[in-house]
Amino acid sequence: MTTAPNIVLRWRGWSLLLARRALWLNIILFGLLVIGSTTALMLGRLPIGTQEIWQVITGNAPSRAVEHVLIDIRLPRLLVTIGAGAALGTSGAVFQTISRNPLGSPDVIGFTAGAATGALIWIIVFGGTGANVVLAAMAGALLTGVGVYLLARKDGRVSAYRLVLTGIGVGAVLHAINALLLVKGDLDVAISANLWLAGSVDGRDWGHVWPLWLGLIALMGPMLLGMRPLGMMEMGDDLAGPLGVPVERVRRWMLLGALILAALATSATGPIAFVALAAPQLARRLGRAPTQPLIGATLFGACLMLGADLLTRVAPFDLTMPIGQVTGIIGGVYLIWLLAGNRLRNGAP
Amino acid sequence: MPRLLLWGAILFVVLTAIASLFVGPRAITPATTLTALLDFDAGNGAHLLVRDQRLPRVFLALCVGAALGAAGGVMQTLTRNPLADPGLLGISAGATLAIVCLIAATGQINIGASLWAGIFGAGVGGATVFLLGGMTKTHDPVRLVLAGAALSIVLMTLTRVITVNAEAHVFDQFRHWAVGSLQGRGWDVLWPSIWLTLIGGLAAVALARPLDALALGQDFGQSLGADPRRVWFAAAAVIVVLCGTATAAAGPISFVGLAAPHLARHITGPSHRALLLLSMLIGAALVSVADLAGRLIDPAAQIDVGIMSALIGGPIFVALARRLKMSGL
Repeated sequence: MTTAPNIVLRWRGWSLLLARRALWLNIILFGLLVIGSTTALMLGRLPIGTQEIWQVITGNAPSRAVEHVLIDIRLPRLLVTIGAGAALGTSGAVFQTISRNPLGSPDVIGFTAGAATGALIWIIVFGGTGANVVLAAMAGALLTGVGVYLLARKDGRVSAYRLVLTGIGVGAVLHAINALLLVKGDLDVAISANLWLAGSVDGRDWGHVWPLWLGLIALMGPMLLGMRPLGMMEMGDDLAGPLGVPVERVRRWMLLGALILAALATSATGPIAFVALAAPQLARRLGRAPTQPLIGATLFGACLMLGADLLTRVAPFDLTMPIGQVTGIIGGVYLIWLLAGNRLRNGAP
Repeated sequence: MPRLLLWGAILFVVLTAIASLFVGPRAITPATTLTALLDFDAGNGAHLLVRDQRLPRVFLALCVGAALGAAGGVMQTLTRNPLADPGLLGISAGATLAIVCLIAATGQINIGASLWAGIFGAGVGGATVFLLGGMTKTHDPVRLVLAGAALSIVLMTLTRVITVNAEAHVFDQFRHWAVGSLQGRGWDVLWPSIWLTLIGGLAAVALARPLDALALGQDFGQSLGADPRRVWFAAAAVIVVLCGTATAAAGPISFVGLAAPHLARHITGPSHRALLLLSMLIGAALVSVADLAGRLIDPAAQIDVGIMSALIGGPIFVALARRLKMSGL
């Protein structure tokens, strides 16, 4: 395989290595994101053109209605969509790097199941609705994450392998509890719970946007910094330690960050299939990166979600197509297409 | 493998199976149960219940557990991934989609018909994954796992789209099937399941030696005389038959296929003959204990076996992951 020459930026004692192919990939993804976002703002029952969007941005909206639709309805939905995708992509990249396994996404390790358990208990047992479901899901995911981490800890160390195994065991129990709640619950409540489980960005407002984006903004920087030592740890703890990586500390904080991101995304939208698993794989394989490209995974996650949302809105079906399902279909079909055409390089897993 | 342990496991499974015969939603005295087995009277309602409900159910639990255990064992070697669950290969998802289509089309679930629909769906799903992921020149385990995950997700999302859009009673039927249950399965489900499991299980054990060779890596395996292509194909067929049958008969029971080979590998080490045999035993034990426990906890409502096996197996699995130094592949 020929590698494109890398670009090195130097400034005093600092240097930044940019892989050219990955850079192009990121630029393209970002472009797609901008185009997609604009389209998402224009689509809807009330048609809004690019000119009107610009007018609203510059502060002289053509009418109250346009401003209301744009600022209070479409923008929060867009931000939740992009934010959830970005959070899931980032979280997936970190989990896959830590577990050194392409299956090591937050869905497989049980955090999504934990979020669902929180939400289901709230919906089915307490008959709760609305904004509180978000909090319940968040609590479920965080409790699960901390529980898995503590269970996997032994002698002050958490081996990646034990973490994944523990996560699978805990996830299986939580899935069973979810199934139990769905089966034994009242049929009407179970149906609304099933709808939550399908994942959706309908009717999201600024109350959903703020926690998600504040979390993203606060965590992206530290996560980017932590990705380098984490990449070294892919060689194994024994090799990374002598190279100056505080193995246990990096793993703990990166895990916590990834967990919070996954929890924020899941609580805002419900479980979203596949983005956390597919986005890092796609970014890594299309960018032919030797280690997990975090920004690529983030952008890919956002693009997948946005694409799915656009598709649900323009699709000519007379069906309820929750976004969490469309991401599954798009991501899955795309990955199958890549696999079928042998378009994926046999990169490292 | 310690011989004592093997016999202990067999004894445990047999005892659980016998105990299961005496438990059910309707209280039948142990004496009546015994007479039903030894001196069957077709006019006696209690006898009919034992003969046509409890007996096939016990055998089906053993059969489903063994099938999942063996399928998981083969699968983890084939993908070289200790996290691989046979359900990940598009098999469970294929069966599930086929059955939800059946329920949505006919409005009700008929266990006998759904068995064949499930087997059909599992076969199509599994075959697609193996064609996508493995039947090229290179047998890249990661490709296989990714193909399986991708197809499973697509099929599962289609399933959910159908349940979200269908009428309430379709979802009601489906949610009971989707948790994995042995309730109401009679001889008509048991016979095909037993035959398919027997064929698949024997084939899996016959594959033990080539799998040993393949587990060393493809190049190594080839130089030891295992034709990777042929082994792959045979192993894929075995997984589809075993996991497909289990899913079609009892619904998607996750976790057993992942946990049983894991535990077995810890005891036996990497040799596949012992591994697969013990894995089948552990699978059978887990499913029948789960079924028994589900009936003991709440005889009237019964907690389904898919739920119980994860509730029982999960904590054991976590405890073992903590305590033991689990071997990778």
